Parts: sequence; structure tokens; C-alpha cells
Amino acid sequence: MSEDQIAVHDPHAKPATYVEPEAADRFENPGLPPHRPRRADVDDDAAKRAERQVTTLFGLSILGTLGFIVAYFLVDPELRASVLVIGYVNLYHVILGLTLAMSLLGIGLGAVHWAKTIMPDTEVVEERHLQASDEEARNEAAGVLSQGYRSAQLHRRPMLLLTAGGALGLFALPLALQVAGGLGPLPGDALEHTVWRKGMRLMIDPSGTPITPEMVSQGSVIHVLPEGFVGESSHGEDGPSALEIMEAKANSSVLLVRLNPEQIKSQKQRDWGVDGIVAYSKICTHVGCPVALYERQTHHLLCPCHQSTFDMTDDCKVIFGPAKRPLPQLPITVEDGYLVAVDDFAEPIGPSYWERG
Amino acid sequence: MTTIPQGAGAVRDQSEAATETTADAADPKLPPPVVWADERLGVAKGFGLFKKVFPDHWSFLLGEIAMYSLIICLITGTFLTFWFVPSMGHVIYDGSFVPLKGVGMSEAYASTLNISFDIKGGLLIRQLHHWAALLFIVGIALHVARVFFTGAFRKPREINWVIGTVLSLLACIEGFAGYSLPDDLLSGTGIRAMNGFMSSAPVIGTYLTFFVFGGQFPGELIIPRLYIAHVLLLPAILVGLFAVHIFLVFWHKHTQYPGPGRTNNNVVGFPLLPVYTAKAGGFFFIVFGVTALIAAVVTINPVWAYGPYDPGQVTAGSQPDFYMWFSDGALRLLPGWMEFSIFGVTFSPQIFLGSLVLLPLVWIILGAYPFVEQWITGDKREHHLLDRPRNAPVRTAVGAAAISMYLVLAVATINDIIAIKLHLSINDITVALRVLFFILPVIVFMVVKRLCLSLQRADRELVLHGTESGRIMRTPEGRFYEVHEELNEFDRWHLVQHEAQRPLSLTAGPDTDEYGVERPVGPLESMRRKLSEFYFKDRIEPVTPSELAAAHHHGEAEALPGGQARAIKESVERADETAGLRSDDRT
Repeated sequence: MSEDQIAVHDPHAKPATYVEPEAADRFENPGLPPHRPRRADVDDDAAKRAERQVTTLFGLSILGTLGFIVAYFLVDPELRASVLVIGYVNLYHVILGLTLAMSLLGIGLGAVHWAKTIMPDTEVVEERHLQASDEEARNEAAGVLSQGYRSAQLHRRPMLLLTAGGALGLFALPLALQVAGGLGPLPGDALEHTVWRKGMRLMIDPSGTPITPEMVSQGSVIHVLPEGFVGESSHGEDGPSALEIMEAKANSSVLLVRLNPEQIKSQKQRDWGVDGIVAYSKICTHVGCPVALYERQTHHLLCPCHQSTFDMTDDCKVIFGPAKRPLPQLPITVEDGYLVAVDDFAEPIGPSYWERG
Repeated sequence: MTTIPQGAGAVRDQSEAATETTADAADPKLPPPVVWADERLGVAKGFGLFKKVFPDHWSFLLGEIAMYSLIICLITGTFLTFWFVPSMGHVIYDGSFVPLKGVGMSEAYASTLNISFDIKGGLLIRQLHHWAALLFIVGIALHVARVFFTGAFRKPREINWVIGTVLSLLACIEGFAGYSLPDDLLSGTGIRAMNGFMSSAPVIGTYLTFFVFGGQFPGELIIPRLYIAHVLLLPAILVGLFAVHIFLVFWHKHTQYPGPGRTNNNVVGFPLLPVYTAKAGGFFFIVFGVTALIAAVVTINPVWAYGPYDPGQVTAGSQPDFYMWFSDGALRLLPGWMEFSIFGVTFSPQIFLGSLVLLPLVWIILGAYPFVEQWITGDKREHHLLDRPRNAPVRTAVGAAAISMYLVLAVATINDIIAIKLHLSINDITVALRVLFFILPVIVFMVVKRLCLSLQRADRELVLHGTESGRIMRTPEGRFYEVHEELNEFDRWHLVQHEAQRPLSLTAGPDTDEYGVERPVGPLESMRRKLSEFYFKDRIEPVTPSELAAAHHHGEAEALPGGQARAIKESVERADETAGLRSDDRT
């Protein structure tokens, strides 16, 4: 540290560069070890052998390519056979794949073997330089920048910079707005309703037959869709479009189960069902997979996607897993001997969302 | 150190090689096509590029696997676009796959069946595409690990590290978009889950899903939109960033592992022409060939077995492709009680934390790491020599701990499969994994750090005492000992070349100024000091020449039975004094 640095003390001064005490006490890089020639470098027979191996590999590649072309035309695409280890396969596919692999591997292995045995294996040293430019280049760059800045008169007319910056910063907005605005409709209250309406029959998915209470046996589970969206009734002229059917399946799928009424823990659940027959939304309240696994012993419903588990006997409350809310219950009753909906679900079905409340 | 001592052999071989070339082609001339091109483009000026040197190491091939898989994906993917119909329009299947004849499905699914069963060789291209995509991401993951554990991300390569992390994120999204396209039951379930976790986004969730899906789920826009993202948008960004990534490798010149003759100021390896052209070009064909081999014999994503997507159906054991496992696993582990409603709005952190937050967070942490480490070390020098992972114990341990966290999440995705195969309770597995997520990283960190330190100690031991020669000597007094052979200078250099980073408290000078007044340390700086302690407090210094000289004085320490007691006593003393562990707690 020099004299004046001590005299004018600066508390924020950088500490003097720390010199490792044993910096000098280090081994020195011994340099490249002596080169050891390979077999093919000193033995002409070995070199010839290596050459033969490489040409054989390239030759195999040519055979593979020809094999692929021949197989493409001559082998029956329907050819199927049982292959050892792999099992029953489409042999045409396997033959094409294997010949292609042979064609490619022949080139690859040949080239690498060539490089490793015949091409020089003496290591070459290339110097490396610091990334940073030297002082002169930096000064020149600074000159170019400042020259450009000044000749554009930016130093005298700052408004030019401000407005140009503003304009450039904003010009993409109309384009972004067009894309964002056109991507989709606003949600509105679309998520709060399903296609279920009062008096709509519960239909078996996929046969589309209406359901009488007698058809629902203890312990069985019936997959249900609303009337008009499944089976024959969905195909007519006035029937829903394929898109509407998909959307109905995505938000109005229901699971129908008959429980022993005494097992049901909640009065509401009993009231909204028919003699222990209860209907629940099949769409998981986590991220919307169909809750399709029903354990008839425990009356648990399990979502196969993320294992949220719902207790059917306790109003489908969550007993395990990442879902929070119970599955919504569809109120049902009997009309003309068939099960029908009393109303839509009382709450939004499916995954949680911000506005859900 | 600008002049590099060269092995005499290397010098000889280089001169030999030089004379050989000149003898073979005494008066080389450019071939006419190159002359033609040179007259128009001046290409001859750029031929110096072919002399560029690349260092050799198997771990440098991991990135190449990713690069070549990307190219295979581009080739096979282009083929697939000729037949794939990215539409959710409803059709009745009438192709040659009998079990699905007459079944209603989307055009996307029907055309995927068409590719698989009615286009000659179409299934091979589809399987090549899918396998190459998986290999692409495996390659990326291993490459990231290699770059991380060897410290290749250090200055001046931070920018390329950030580009690489963006590439790896895009690769995962690209993969997800790709396997969603066939619109089969499995991939449709994935899109359903995507819709679900997007709607969990605070404030904008519902709008987000309605804009992305063009309305309610499923709508009929998501497949065409994913398609254009998959075949144009993401590949364009991927290929563009990838080009920059590769250009920067050329620009910076490749890093190299430390070794004799290798310094921070040189690159030692083989020239692009002919050796690297043959090796790297050949490796492309090997990767392609191995992918073809796998595609030929191992079925991947048999969409015909899953059936068309139906929002009311699902199969048990629905897993995404492996690179999305960690996110799906997080969705499985996060407990439902985290969700709450307040002021009429719903927060679902158990959903958005595992998806919308986790995905970017992983990559932000990854991208930020070089800058954080540089801040902690205060090391602003350029680094072109790689670290051996053991020589950076805390970095290696942090990386291993992060991988263990990732693996816990990934394993959580197959909790149902584990439960079935091992006859365990899925609830117990899930709870155990929740606990492991927090505990395992700590254990892994401690174990890996200690392993690194022990390996360094073993290196020191080897340098100080050499290798056992198997020769037993008898001294005139009758004592036996085994002769240890000193390492030669080339082997030794691998073990002594590195620097042991020291904590800032040691390197940044004293905490007090020359008047004995404590220097003011801001909260940020004090955190930096603490982190520096955490990183470098425990360290093993490499052997110095004087330590080696001192060890030689102990010459007869390796005595066998004749002087066993003394030998043990001596070796214990020696271990104490040369174990080399510097822990600033203990000094």
C-alpha cells in the first residue's frame, strides 16, 4: 500500500489484493506427456487391418441401405411374427428399422474407427486469448459510439431519443392486442354451468339407455351422461355437434352409485339422491381428470391422475391427495320411472379457479 | 503462464506429421468447385476454421447426443407433417387397424393411426421421432449435469449457460406439445391436466385457459395451436438459440479437462479436419443408428392401444413423458389443504406451485446459478479449465442435492405404479415422498460433500505416498516395508493442479483496517461472507512441492510386520498432520 493511500483513508477502498502465501509453492505444469504411437502407426499390418475394418463397416452400411430399399418393396407390410425377446411384432417395421440402423451405424462406426486408428492422434495445441478486447479496441468502439450519438444530434436534442424510444416501445402493442384479443372468448359464467337441466334424464355412457332405480345395484358404479348427449339421441339432425358432445363429456359426466342409505353421513347427500342412489360429478376438483376408480368396499373414489381420494359416503369429501373441494353432487329424482336431474349442479364442477370464490 | 512446456514426443510427432503432409501433397491445389465458390464468396479465407482444435473427452459427447437428436427430430418431424392432420374435426375411423374401425375420433388421432398402420415405414418414422425426442432431453439433462459439475458455466460462458437453460426448458415444452398432438386418451388427459393447472393461476387463470383453448375445455383449437407451436414457433426459437449456443462454443473455444500440457491459455485436442469431422460426423450416424435400432424393436407411445381422447375416460397409470414427471409428481405431492378462499376468490397453491411456479422456477434457479456462484466466490477470472467435481465439493453437493429433489418429484409421478408393483399403500408412498422431498436433499448434500472431501484426501494420499509397488524391502535392521512408487509428474499433475477456493474471510483481507477499526460490512456483503464460508470453509488443499518433499523424509513409514507398531503410530501421526482438511471452525 502506497504512502498517500494510508494518508487519505477511504473506508470503502478495496482491500489490497490478497496474495496466497504459498503461491510460489506449487507444482509446475509438466507439459504434454510424450506421445505414444498406436499399433497402426508403427505396424503396417495393423494399419492394413484397421483399413479393412473401416471399409467393411462402410460396406455393411451400403448393404443396410440396399436392404432397406429391397425390404420396402418386397416385404409384405402386414407381415407379423413372433420374434425372440421382442415378442409379437410387425416384422415389416422391424426389418425396415434394423436395415436403417445398419446403414447408419455402418457409417458412424466406420468413421469413428477410421479417426481412431488411421487419422493422426497427435494432440494439437491452440493458443487461447482473453475474451475482453484490449484498451485500444475499446477506445475505438467508444469513439464509434459517441460519434454516432453525436452525429445523430442526440446529445443536443434529447426529445428525439425519448419519443423514438416511446414509439418503438409501443408499436408492438396493436399486434399483441390483436393476437391476445382474438385467441378466445371471455370466460363469462361458462364455468358455472353444465348442460344438466331440470328433468333431463340420466343416460348410461356409452349405450345411451335411460336408467331406472332398479338398474343401479348396490356397489356398482354407472358412468352417466345427460340425455341427448350420448347414444342414439345424440345423432339426429337437431342433435348436438361433436364439439358440444365433447364439452358435455368434459363438464357433465357423472358417476352414479347406490349406497346403503344408512352409510350416508350427510342429510343433504341423502336428500339429493334416490333411496341411496347418488350422482356426483366425475370431473376431479384438482385439475379435471375423470375420477374413474371406485373402490366398492370402502366407497372411495380415486382419481388416477394425481390420486385425490373422495369418500362417497361422506358427500365425496377429500380424504387424501391434492384436491381440496368435494366432488359436486347432482340432485336427482325419479320421473316416469327413470332417474332425472332435479337441477344443474349447485356449484361449478371441475378444477379450482380464481373467480370461483 | 504463457509458454507451455511441451513434451518432447509431442514436438517430434508434430514435426513428423508436418513433413508427412508436405511430402504427400507437395503442391496442394484447391479443387475446382472450391475455386468457383472462392471467386464468388471468398470461402478460402474461412478454411482456417478447419484447423480449429477440439479437446477430446467422452463427457463432451453428451451435448452432441442432444444436438444430433434435435437434428433427427427435425428430419423425422418434417416427414410426419406430410401425413399428420392437426385437426380436432370429428371423423369415423375407417383405416386398417381393425379394433378401432367405426369408432368416432378426431382427425389428428385418425391420421396418427394412418401413419402407424397405412403409411409404409410410417410407424418407424413416428417411433424414431418419439425416441429421438426422448434422447434429446436425456442428452440435454446429462449435458447440463456435465457442464454444472465441471464448472464449465463460469466466466466467460455464463451467457451460453443461460441460453442452454432456455433451450432445455423449450425442449421440455416442445416435447409436451409434441406428444399431445395425437389426441389419444393418454395425451388428452395430459392436456386436461394442463387446462386444470392453467386455470389455477391467480387472477388470470380462467382467461388464460379460455384464450389458450379458444373457449371451454376441450374446444377444437388446442391441437391446431399446439401443432403450430410444435412445428414452427418452438422449433424456430430452438434452432435459433441452438445456433447461437454452438457459435459461442466456437467463439469461446471448448473448455478442457485439466491435465499435463493443458492450461487456461490453450486448447489441446484434435483439429476439425480430419479428426473431428470424422469423429463428430460419425457420432451423428451412431446416434441416428442407435435411435433407429431402438425405434425398430421397442414400441413407444402405442396410441392405438389407448384409444381416442374422451374427456369422460381415463386409464389408471397415466404418466406423462419422463421429462414432465417432476412437475406431475409435484402435483401429486402437494396436499389439498393448501387451497383456500378469501374475499370471494380462490387460491390453489397446491396446483400452481407444482406447475406454473415450479417449471419456471427450476429454470430460473438453474440460469441464475453461475451469477450467484461468481458473486459468492468473487472470482472474476476467465475459466477454461474444468473443475474435477470433487475439487468443488459444495457445488457438487448442491447439484447432487438438487438432483435428489428432482428425483423425489419424478418418482412421485409413478407412485401409483410403485404401489401396484410393490403392493404398498399409495397414501404411505405419497406421504413418505413428501417427507423425503425435504430430508433427502440434506442427506445427499452432506454425503456428497464428504465424499468429495474424502476423494480429495485420497488424491493427496496418492501424491504424497505414491502407489504400492508390491515390492517388499528389508532394511539392515531387519524391518520390512513395501516400496511405494512416486507418481510420475504427468499423473501427479492431475491431482495437484487445482486451486482450493478459500472463503472471503480469508481472501478479502482483514476485517479491520490498519487502525484496528472494524470495516463496515453491509447486510448483503455479510450474507455473501456467510455463503462463502458455507462453500469454502471445509476444503482440502492440493499437495505442494514442499509437502511432497516433507513426505519423502518419512520414507520408511510403510514398514510391514517387523515394525508394525511403529509404522502404525507413524502413519497416524502423518494422517493427522497431512490430512489437509482445513476447516476454519477448527483453527
